[in-house]
Amino acid sequence: MAEPRSNDSLIAALGAELVPVRRLLPPWLRTVGWLALVAAFALLLLAHYGDAPMLRRWAGAPDLAWAALGAVLTAVAAAWAAFTLAVPGRSRAWAWLPLPPALLWIGASGLGCLRTWLAPGTSIATLHQSADCLVFIVGFSIPLSALMVWLLRRACPLRPLLTALLVGLASAAASASLLEICHAFDAAATDLLTHALAVGIVVAANAAMGGRLLAPK
Amino acid sequence: MTADGSLVLDGGLAPSPDCRAAVPAEPASASEQAERQRAAWMAAAQAGDRRAYERVLADSVALIRAVARRQGVATDALDDVVQETLLTVHRVRHTYDPARSYDAWLAAIASRRAIDALRSHGRRERRELHDEFALDRHPGRDDASADAERRQQARRLREAIAQLPPGQREAVEQLGLREQSLAEAAAHTGRKAGALKVNLHRALKALRGRLHGED
Repeated sequence: MAEPRSNDSLIAALGAELVPVRRLLPPWLRTVGWLALVAAFALLLLAHYGDAPMLRRWAGAPDLAWAALGAVLTAVAAAWAAFTLAVPGRSRAWAWLPLPPALLWIGASGLGCLRTWLAPGTSIATLHQSADCLVFIVGFSIPLSALMVWLLRRACPLRPLLTALLVGLASAAASASLLEICHAFDAAATDLLTHALAVGIVVAANAAMGGRLLAPK
Repeated sequence: MTADGSLVLDGGLAPSPDCRAAVPAEPASASEQAERQRAAWMAAAQAGDRRAYERVLADSVALIRAVARRQGVATDALDDVVQETLLTVHRVRHTYDPARSYDAWLAAIASRRAIDALRSHGRRERRELHDEFALDRHPGRDDASADAERRQQARRLREAIAQLPPGQREAVEQLGLREQSLAEAAAHTGRKAGALKVNLHRALKALRGRLHGED
């Protein structure tokens, strides 16, 4: 058992080791920093594909635009929640923040499947094309998750698993938002299932690996 | 949303010192004043003020013990939780935002460390139970096998020490194995006594983790 005297000597030792530290930036600012990488990817994709096909799809089928808005907001909310939860003393309730936009994302995507007509400039994805969507979402999620885990390790995530789940959701939602720029397929059950599978893979991979990477030392 | 860009989800925590300063109608209670003082000390510590840092850490011990006790940590393990929490506070002191409650920040870290202590205690108990069972089944263990086991334990300890980071290994070798005093070890290694002591704490924690699978 450690003696109280030993508490005093530890405090003196820690005092002797003290150096000034740069305070962690507020969570919202760190979220903006992470979103800058998402924005950079978006600009590259827009430079390559242009925004016209995306805007035409949205004008023709507003449910696609709502789904895209839901995905973007889910990414922002999940990232903000992850950065906030990585600061000790912040309420666990932050983990619920991405729920409303995620419901919009899932709801609008699901409603799109009920449409009986095709959105302009789209077709129904074949199984092979759906697989490309999966690779796109998983592929973009890797650098986005890696950056967020790296940023979060500078904080102190006392709930590593919950934080890692939010990292996965933020990365997958951001990747699904980026996919919207070049996604020439209409909402359909197969496509929706592929997207759900991709998001599930990213969230599960983050929970499995990120939880360990974020665990307090 | 509040001025610092955060949602009101953390409304259950104490308001920021700025907010409280703006409402002078009700005098702050002694505990509120004490907390405000701790927040100010920690803010000064982040800027490198050693006196403020030692004060806030000393003032934190009672709170850490209270949190650990509430989590169900046994009395004889409270100081372990205190020390683990103080080491974590030292490592993550940059994450404290002086606009928010110091006590809530500290309690979250202490609570985490208390849970870690309870888990490692549970693991140790299970292992000891298992060992007793093993002893019952092999009551006639001779000296030769006990010797072999001791040698194996010593080898595992040597290997674990060899894997420590250089600073921690040095602290264990000088203070633990050669039984030098802090002053002697500091003179011998050219490091500050404080740094040696912190390294020893960290090394012992790492060794406990490696030898008992507590990490």
